[in-house]
Amino acid sequence: MSKKKETVAVHNMTKAQWTWHLMKQYKVGYFMVIPFMILFFTFTVIPVFASVFVAFTDWNLLQTPNFVGFQNFITLFLNDDLFITALKNTILFAVVVGPASYLMSFGIAWFINELSPKMRAFVTLIFYAPSLTSSAYTIFTYIFAGDSYGLVNGWLMNFGLIDSPILFFKTESYIMPLCIIVSLWMSLNTGFLASIAGLQGVDRAQYEAAAVDGITNRWQELWYVTLPNMKETLMFSAVLSITNAFSFGGVVTTLAGSPPTGYVGYTISHHLEEYSGARMEFGYASAISFVLFIIQIGTNMVINRALSKVGK
Amino acid sequence: MSKKLRTRRHRVVLNRSAGGDFGINLMLFILGAIMFLPLYYVVIQSLKPLDELFYYPPKFYVINPTFQNFTDLFQLMSESWVPFSRYIFNTVWITFAGTAGNLILSSLCAYALSKIPFPGHGFFFQLIVKSLMISSAVAGTLQFVILTKMGLMDSQWAIILPTWASTLGLYLMKQFIDANISTEMLESARLDGAGEFRTFWSIAMPLVKPAWLTLIVQSFQGLWNTGASIFIQSEELKTLNYAMSQVLSAGIVRQGAVSASTVIMLIVPVIVFVVSQSNIIETMATSGMKD
Repeated sequence: MSKKKETVAVHNMTKAQWTWHLMKQYKVGYFMVIPFMILFFTFTVIPVFASVFVAFTDWNLLQTPNFVGFQNFITLFLNDDLFITALKNTILFAVVVGPASYLMSFGIAWFINELSPKMRAFVTLIFYAPSLTSSAYTIFTYIFAGDSYGLVNGWLMNFGLIDSPILFFKTESYIMPLCIIVSLWMSLNTGFLASIAGLQGVDRAQYEAAAVDGITNRWQELWYVTLPNMKETLMFSAVLSITNAFSFGGVVTTLAGSPPTGYVGYTISHHLEEYSGARMEFGYASAISFVLFIIQIGTNMVINRALSKVGK
Repeated sequence: MSKKLRTRRHRVVLNRSAGGDFGINLMLFILGAIMFLPLYYVVIQSLKPLDELFYYPPKFYVINPTFQNFTDLFQLMSESWVPFSRYIFNTVWITFAGTAGNLILSSLCAYALSKIPFPGHGFFFQLIVKSLMISSAVAGTLQFVILTKMGLMDSQWAIILPTWASTLGLYLMKQFIDANISTEMLESARLDGAGEFRTFWSIAMPLVKPAWLTLIVQSFQGLWNTGASIFIQSEELKTLNYAMSQVLSAGIVRQGAVSASTVIMLIVPVIVFVVSQSNIIETMATSGMKD
C-alpha cells in the first residue's frame, strides 16, 4: 500500500520535472507567444472571464462595487422588458441569419466550384464585395428611402402598387425583414472564402472512385463525398457564421436609428451599449455580456454535434 | 452497361446532367445579380448630376455622367475645421499601425504554437479557437474599462492595441504553417546551428507569404472602415469613415455626395482584394477547424 503511494509520488514528480525540463528546453517558444498573449489576455480573455464576477456586483466605475448575488440576472429576466425584447430579437436574427448565411456561403461556393479559374475569381469578387466595407450598406438607406425618390418606393408608385411612399425604416413591420436582408447581403465573408478553398481542395480521384461505386448524381456526390471531405472547413465557417449572426447591432443602428422605432430590431448589443457606454452600469452590463457569452458557446456546441453527423 | 459520358472542355465530367448545370448557372446568375445591383446602383448614383438624382421614378442608368458629386464631397469635407487630409492621415495611420503590429505578433505566435512543442501550446491554441466563437460585444464591456484605466481615452491606441491581438489572422496563419512547413525542414536548419528566431525568419516566414497577405488584407479591411469610436473625442483624431458618415447625416439632399463617399470607401478594399485573392484562397484551404 505504502509502496504504491510512493510510486505515484515519484511518477508525479518525474512528470512535473519532465514538464519543467520541456519548459526550459523550449523557452524560446514562450518568448515568441508572450507579446501576443499579453494583449490577447488583456483585451479578450480577462474581460470575458472577469465579466462573470463583475456580473454579481453593482460596479459603476465610480463607487466600490458591492456583491449583489443574482440580483442583476433576476432584474434582467424578470424586470427588464427591454432586455427580453433584445434577447428575442437577437435570437431571431441569429436563427434566421446564421443558418441562411451559412447555407448561402456554402451553396454559392458549391455553385461556382466548377467554373473556370478566371470566371471563379470574378464571381467570387461579386459575391464577396458587399462584405469588404462596412459602409457599403448605407446605400440601402437610399434604395429603401422613405420618399418617392427612393428606388423601391419610386418604382412601386410608378407601377401603381402603392399610393404614397412607405417609410420603410420607420415602420415596425418592415424593420426586421429589411435588416435581415441587408445582413444576408453582406454576410458572405471569410467563411465563404474558406468554403471555396475547401471545395477546391477535395481530391478529384475521390469523385471518380465514387462514380465507379455507383453514385449517380451530384446531390449524392455532395453528401457522400464532398461534405465528409471538408468537415473541418464546414466547422470553421459555421463558427464564423454564428459569431457574425450574433453581432448584429450595427446594421440596425445605421438603417433604422438607435433606438429603432418601437424597439423593433433592438438587440443585445444595443442594450450593452446602453448600459456600459451610456449609463456606466458595468455590473449590469457584465451580466448581459455573460448571457450573450453562454448563448454563443452553447450554439457552437450544438453546431459541433450536428456537423459530426454529416455524411452518415 | 454503357453510361453516357459528358465532357466539359475535353474533360470527362462525372455525374453531371445538362439540366443541373443549367439550373445551377441560372441560380448563380440570379443571386449574383441581386448581390451586385446595390453596388451597381451606388456607383450610378455617385455619377448622376443633381437633377437626375431627383428623377421620378429613379433610373438605373445615368444620362450625363459627372464627377460633380466627388467634387462636392471634397468641397464639403474641406469646410470642416480640421483639414480633410487629417482624416485621411488618421485612417492610414490606424490601418498601418494596427496591421503591422498584428502581423508581427501573430506570425511569431503562430510559428511558436505550430512548431515549438512547449508545454501549454495546445491550451493557448484552444483559447484562440474559442475566442473565434464569441462576438466582440462579449469582451467589449470590460475591454472599455481596461482601455480607460490604461489612460487611452481620446487616443488612437485604444483602437490600434486591441487589433494587435485579434485572433482570426493568427488562427489562419497557424493552420497554414501546420500544413505547409515540415518540421523536418526546421530541424535541419536548427541542426545547422540556426537559432529559433533565425529559423522563424529565414526558413518559415518566406514560405507563409499567402498567410501573411491574408492577415494583412483581413486586418486592413477591418481598420480601413474604422468609424466613430467612443474612445475618440478630439476632432483631429477622427477617421475618414467618420468624416464620410457625417455627410450621410445631412440627409437626402446629399445623396450624390454620400454615394461618392461609399464608392471611395469601397474602391480601396476591392483593389486590395483583387490583387491578393489567389493568395487568400490558398490560405483558406488550410482553415479547417478540428474538434
